[in-house]
Amino acid sequence: MPDARPDAFRTRWLPRRVALLALVVAWMALLLLIPLGSLAVGVVQFGPLAVLRQIGEAGGWPALGRTVVVAIASVVLNGVFGVAGAIYLVRHRFWGRRLLDMLVDLPLAVSPVMTGLAFILVFGRGGLAEPLLEALGWKITFAMPSLVLATVFVTLPFVLREVSHVLVELGIDEEAAAATLGASASQTFWRITVPNIRHGLTYGSTLTLARALGEFGAVLVVGGAIKGRTDTATTFIFTAVDERHEPAAYGMALILAALSMAFLVLLERLKKRRTREA
Amino acid sequence: MAGLVRAVRQAPGGISPAVLRPGPLGVVGRGLFASWLSVLVAIPLVVLAWHGLRGGPEGVVHALRLPYAWEALTLTIWTSAVTAVLNAIMGTATAWVLVRYRFPGRALLSMLVDLPLAIPTLVAGLMIVNLFGPQTPVGAWFKGLGLPIAFAVPGIVLALLFINLPFVVRSVEPVLLDLDPAEEEAAVTLGARTWTTLRRILLPPLAPAIAGGTLQGFARALAEFGSIVVVSGNIPGKTLTSPVFIYGEVEAGRADVAAAVSVVLLAIAIGLQPAVRWLNRLAGARHA
Amino acid sequence: MGIRVEHLTKRFGSFVAVQDVSLEIRSGELSALLGPSGGGKSTILRIISGLEAADEGHVIIDEQSVDHLHARARNIGFVFQHYALFRHMTVAQNIGFGLEVRKVPAEARRTRVADLVALLGLQGLEERLPSQLSGGQRQRVAVARALAPEPKVLLLDEPFSAVDAQVREELRRWLRRLHDDLHVTSIFVTHDQAEAFSVADRVFIINEGRLEQAGTPLEVLDDPATEFVARFLGEVNVYDGRVRDGFLRVGPIEVAASGVADGTPMRMILRAYDLKLWREEPGVGVVRRVLLLGDRVKVEAVLDGAGPLFAQFPRRSSLLKGIEPGCRIAVEVSTARLYPLPAGSPGTP
Repeated sequence: MPDARPDAFRTRWLPRRVALLALVVAWMALLLLIPLGSLAVGVVQFGPLAVLRQIGEAGGWPALGRTVVVAIASVVLNGVFGVAGAIYLVRHRFWGRRLLDMLVDLPLAVSPVMTGLAFILVFGRGGLAEPLLEALGWKITFAMPSLVLATVFVTLPFVLREVSHVLVELGIDEEAAAATLGASASQTFWRITVPNIRHGLTYGSTLTLARALGEFGAVLVVGGAIKGRTDTATTFIFTAVDERHEPAAYGMALILAALSMAFLVLLERLKKRRTREA
Repeated sequence: MAGLVRAVRQAPGGISPAVLRPGPLGVVGRGLFASWLSVLVAIPLVVLAWHGLRGGPEGVVHALRLPYAWEALTLTIWTSAVTAVLNAIMGTATAWVLVRYRFPGRALLSMLVDLPLAIPTLVAGLMIVNLFGPQTPVGAWFKGLGLPIAFAVPGIVLALLFINLPFVVRSVEPVLLDLDPAEEEAAVTLGARTWTTLRRILLPPLAPAIAGGTLQGFARALAEFGSIVVVSGNIPGKTLTSPVFIYGEVEAGRADVAAAVSVVLLAIAIGLQPAVRWLNRLAGARHA
Repeated sequence: MGIRVEHLTKRFGSFVAVQDVSLEIRSGELSALLGPSGGGKSTILRIISGLEAADEGHVIIDEQSVDHLHARARNIGFVFQHYALFRHMTVAQNIGFGLEVRKVPAEARRTRVADLVALLGLQGLEERLPSQLSGGQRQRVAVARALAPEPKVLLLDEPFSAVDAQVREELRRWLRRLHDDLHVTSIFVTHDQAEAFSVADRVFIINEGRLEQAGTPLEVLDDPATEFVARFLGEVNVYDGRVRDGFLRVGPIEVAASGVADGTPMRMILRAYDLKLWREEPGVGVVRRVLLLGDRVKVEAVLDGAGPLFAQFPRRSSLLKGIEPGCRIAVEVSTARLYPLPAGSPGTP
């Protein structure tokens, strides 16, 4: 642009602009900051030590641990299937591709309780897969496997879509060049494709992790929140509120909120790095 | 979590040019992936739909006629719609402020927009109860005015406003970034006042993005469970929403009723998808 | 509708974009603000239009100060460098926008749009969107749009920089003809000397926020007031030296420096086409390269004791007979200008 105007990046603060900014900030503060702050205040009022103790007494730590395990499992599974799926959906052409593509987006449209219900209808007692599961001796619903399945379902699109997007932007030039230089499919994949999608994969995995941490409705229905067996951090909060263990509930909520904010900051950093290399 | 919103925007599966021929490993892998998706997504949803439609359309109607089912559905729909529209307005304003102004804390504000997507919804509900519950000074004051917030409809509205906050913002931002400020200057030199410029020059390109984001927010709000179950008090007929109703039916063992109502919600959500995709395409493909 | 700008100054933070610029554009004239990129010409144009506000100085249009008027009230037409056509409106809607805003009734609007379409050769394109037009067509729509509300003044910001060279030539001629028909006072900004010279009645040379010289193309070319102007217009050879006995000698070139004290360091500016050279033994220099530049030829040579010399000739010039790399040449200078050496330059060779 000729005559690059540094002025373009300094806002002239006319009264109506100040008003608009004030309105937006007030809206965000009302909906986001103040509630968040109140949570912290609430925990402080209960006394942080008392909160931690009550969380322990109510069995919160194993629940949190379970959430972490489920979340990591989701990240791993969705990482593998997400990357593979992205490659198949973007780079391959085959019958049923459009259909599979639509399936990937469906989890975003389904309410968590419906997800739980659907899984119960398939994997639960009287469900479609019951005979097979009985024969194998596998227990899915009201056990850990169901938690993982439900969380994987809910977080399915994230890695896949992020990596898809990167693959589309990158184009096949590098991979084609590798092929002309004699690289095999697996060499091309590991040495060309994977490094290129690294940032999209990291971003998608962080999204997955954050979302998995917060999943509630589906794991509640499909796991039953059985204390010591299928309760997660979120169902712990739910039962704690029900049983009037407010300090425990708010304490765990604050822990999850803090973790989410940490993820948010991480995501912002990753976003910047990702747009910088585009 | 911003990728959540962006992810849906990119839905049509890739605009990749030519294709490298996949080897046998690729074909096998593809089959595995397809099976994975089928077992995980297709089959459960099909089974859900089958259970819900087992009694045919009459079955669905019968389910909706059950006590409080219909009220739950209408409550869910109107609260989702109202909050989606409110956030359409505030979301556009927020996107405008983030793109067009420079001020300290702008990056922080941008990050905060994504907060509802990162935070567990249950925690969101808890925060609202903590702040506006009847035991708090603020909550008690509102209750005194006859407008209780927690355990009442306003609480639901507040929770949903939180939940669908990011959608229009993230949908509008990229379109705003792509706009040429010279077009607005041109309008000014031709004599247009601010309102005219807004209406004739800015709104047409932004409209598809705003509409798309609004629909996405609406669909998201329809499905909301975690925050509502904490905030609303789940009073049947008054503050019971469909997802919570479904949960109740599942817990009561009435899976078929739950499935029937699920089918209705699912139909609405899936029905909106093509519209959202079309609007996103329109919003993205604006330029010469 | 004459335009006058008095002591205009504009700062962006600590950067001074326009420094005390005063100029006058006569009514009905087509003038060019010419200068290197980033020199402030676009800023001056934008200040005249009202899109930018000056820190100091006044803008007077038709003997009335417009300083207090917002851009939308100044009744000026502005053509942007990248057209800024309204992407979602058709050509007809774009052109008619200024009339719509002024609440001109539909019938009158249609007539005026049709007139402009005919005038600017856009027939058949009325219902097209900007994305369906070529660069040249878009620019003409931009001009039509600016002219529709019958502005007092037409401002064009590097109007032809975004189109191909071929189209640019045509558009220049077209703009000149348009101006000859309409006689709207016009100012256009460009960094292309050929463009300014071939289109404008008067030229204002702007560099680093200052007005270097104002005049007709001929005046500015033949009588550059400052070293910058001399160097900016066309390819030049630059030699520094000291005056001795009333002459500045550099190698075989000798230029009279009347009224200048002996020993004064001065800079000689010699235009590439203000000299003749031909093949001659033993000559005063040797040819290094001969470059064909389309319809002109550029000869790169080295003069004994002076350094590199660039000369340009039309391709068919008889002077080029026998010129090839390695041959010796003689040189005759028709015009050279002397300027005081800028403070801080390296001294005499």
